[in-house]
Amino acid sequence: MRFAFEKRKSVSRTAIVVVPFVSFGVSLVLTGVLLMIFGANPFTTFGAMYKGAFGSGRALTETLVKAIPLMLTGLGVALAFKLKFWNIGAEGQLTLAGVAATWVAIFWSHWLPAPLVLPVMVLVGCAAGALWAGIPALLKTSLRVDETLVTLMLNYVAILFSSYLYYGPWRDPNGYGFPGTELFPKAAWFPRIAGRAHIGLFFALAAALILWLVMNRTKWGFEIKVIGNSPKAARYQGISVERNIILAILISGALCGLAGVGEVAGISRRLQQGLSLGYGYTAIIVAWMAQLNPLAIPFVALLMGGLLVGGDQVQMVMGLPSSMGLLMQGLMLFPMLAGSLFTEYRIKRIGRNTAIESERGAA
Amino acid sequence: MGLITSLLAITLRAGTSLIYATIGETYTERAGILNLGLEGIMLMGAVSSFATAYYTGNLVLAVFVAIAVGGLMSLIHAFLSVTMKANQVVSGLSITLFGTGFASFLGQRLGPASNGHYLVGLVGPRFTPFNIGSLGSVPIMGAILGQDLFTYGTYLLIPLAWFYLYRTKNGLWLRAIGENPRTADAMGVNVNRAKYGYTIFGGMLTALGGAHLALAYTPGWSENITGGRGWIVIALVIFSMWNPARAITGALIFGGINAVQFRLQASGTNIPAAFLNMLPYIATIVVLVAITWWEALSKRVGSPASLGTAYVREDK
Repeated sequence: MRFAFEKRKSVSRTAIVVVPFVSFGVSLVLTGVLLMIFGANPFTTFGAMYKGAFGSGRALTETLVKAIPLMLTGLGVALAFKLKFWNIGAEGQLTLAGVAATWVAIFWSHWLPAPLVLPVMVLVGCAAGALWAGIPALLKTSLRVDETLVTLMLNYVAILFSSYLYYGPWRDPNGYGFPGTELFPKAAWFPRIAGRAHIGLFFALAAALILWLVMNRTKWGFEIKVIGNSPKAARYQGISVERNIILAILISGALCGLAGVGEVAGISRRLQQGLSLGYGYTAIIVAWMAQLNPLAIPFVALLMGGLLVGGDQVQMVMGLPSSMGLLMQGLMLFPMLAGSLFTEYRIKRIGRNTAIESERGAA
Repeated sequence: MGLITSLLAITLRAGTSLIYATIGETYTERAGILNLGLEGIMLMGAVSSFATAYYTGNLVLAVFVAIAVGGLMSLIHAFLSVTMKANQVVSGLSITLFGTGFASFLGQRLGPASNGHYLVGLVGPRFTPFNIGSLGSVPIMGAILGQDLFTYGTYLLIPLAWFYLYRTKNGLWLRAIGENPRTADAMGVNVNRAKYGYTIFGGMLTALGGAHLALAYTPGWSENITGGRGWIVIALVIFSMWNPARAITGALIFGGINAVQFRLQASGTNIPAAFLNMLPYIATIVVLVAITWWEALSKRVGSPASLGTAYVREDK
C-alpha cells in the first residue's frame, strides 16, 4: 500500500481541533517517559502538578497570575504570526513596557491626579511595547531586514537596560542593596481580583474578544489575512502591505506591553529582577497551540500557566526541577507541527491500479 | 604578552564557538533548510558534554556525546521540515524552546546529590590552551598558536568547509539543492536525503560550538551559558554571505567585541556593565541592517533561493 500527500483546498476543521489535544497528550507521554528515566513516577508527578496548578483556590489564582501575561503576549504574537511576521520579541516588548510604566509610577505619580496614574501607566507602557516592536517592523518594511533576529536581539537590550535601571539610578536607596526600585505608591497598583490575580485578566479577555472580532468581522482583519497568505496577492488587490504590517506590529507590541504593565503594577508593584519569566517565549507556544485563534488563546494560556505553576510545585514537593513545565511546553510544539501536515494536506491511500502513476509522487 | 596579542587571543577564543556554529548553519542553509534551533542545540551540546566530562573525565567522549546530541536535535528539525513539511521558522523556534527547557532540566537534575542535583558551579575537566612550536612569546603568532584544541580545529575546519563547498562535486550539488532543488533532482541528487544529511551535520557542528563553551571557554555549566550566541550565528551566516571562508570575519568581529568588553570591565571603566553587555546584540542588529542594505544597493542576493521552503516533487 502506498500513501501520497495532497494539498487541501481549505484547512481541515476537524484536524484544527484535534491536533492540539493530541499534541498535549503526546507531550504528557514523552515527559512521562523522561520522568521514568530519571526515576520519578510520572503519575504521582502529574498528579502533584495538577494539584499544584488547579487543586485549590490559591493554586488557581497563581495559575491565573501566570496566565494573564501569557494571554496578552500570546495575542500579540498570534497577530504578528498571522502576517508571517515572526515577532519573537514579546519578552523585550513586555520588559520595556514594564520599565516605562515604572517610570510613570515613580516619577509622575507625585503630580498626576491619582485616578489618572493607572491609565497613564497603561498608555505609556503600551506605547513603549509598540515602539520596541515598531523598530523591527520599520526595518523589515523599509529595508527587508530579517525581523526574527532584530526582535530577539532587542529582548537582550531591553532586559539589560531594565537591569541597569534597578541596579543603578532607580535602585531603592532604602532597599538594603536589594536590586529593585522602591515600592510604587498605591495609586499605581492594579486592583486585585483574588489572591494575586489582578484586573489585567479583564484586559486580556477583552483583548481576545476584540482581536477576534477585528480579525473575523472587519475589512482590516480580512486584509491582514490576505497579506499573511500572500503579500503579492494583497498588493494586486490594492492593499497597502507595508502600512498594514507596521500597524499590526505596533498593536502586537502594545499587547505585549500591556502584559508588562500588568506585571509591574499588578504583581511586583516595583521594577525588579525577574520581571518576565520567559513569558514572551512561552507566548509563541501559546499562539501556535491556539492555532493563532484569539478566542482559543485564553484557554491555552491558562493551561500553560498551570504547567509553570505545577512545575514550581513539583520542585517544592518532589524535588524535581521546576523547568519540567518548560520542558513539557517545549515538547508540545513538535507534535503540533507534525500535525499541521494533517490540517494542510490530505493523505491519499493509493490503490494498486494507480500505483504506477503515483510512483513519482510518493517517492 | 602585548595588548594586541592578548586581545587577539581572547578574540579567537571567544569566536571559536561562533565559527563552528556558523559553518554548520551555512551548510544547513545551503541545503535550503533554515534552522533557528541553534540556540537550543548549542545549550544541549554544552550541558551534555559538560555532564559527560564531569562524570567520566573523558573529554573525547564528551565531545562525541555533544556531536550525537546535536545530530539528534537537528534530526527532529529535519524530520519536521523535510518529511512533515512544517513551517521551518516555527520548527526551529520549537527546537530552541525545547532545547532551552531540556538543557535547564538536565542542569538541575544530572548533578551529584551533594550539589542538590545541580550541575551549576561544578568544576570538570577542560581543554586548556597549549603552544604549538616555540612561538609563544612572538607577538600575534603567540595568540594564534597558543589556543585550545577546539580553536586549532577551526583552522582546519574553515578551509575544508570552503573547499568542499566550492571545489567538490558534492559541494556543487549542495549549492544546487539550495538554489534550485528541482534542477538538482533532475541531476540525480536525492534532494530530501541531502537536506536531512546537511541539517544533521549542521546541528553536530553547532553542538560542538556549545561544547566549546562548556569545556573550554567558560568553562562549566550555567543556565543560558550561550547568551544568545545561537541567534548571533544566524546573523553571521547572512553576514558571511553563506560562504564558510567568511565565517571567520563575523566571528572575529563578535569575538573582538567580547575581548574589548572583557578588557574594559577589567580596567574598571565608568560605563555600566549592562551597556557593555548590550554591545554584541546591538552590533548584530547593525551588522544585519548594513548587510541587507548593501545587498539591496548592489542588487546581490546572498541567500540560497529555496531557503525555508519544503521541496515537494511534482506529480506527473
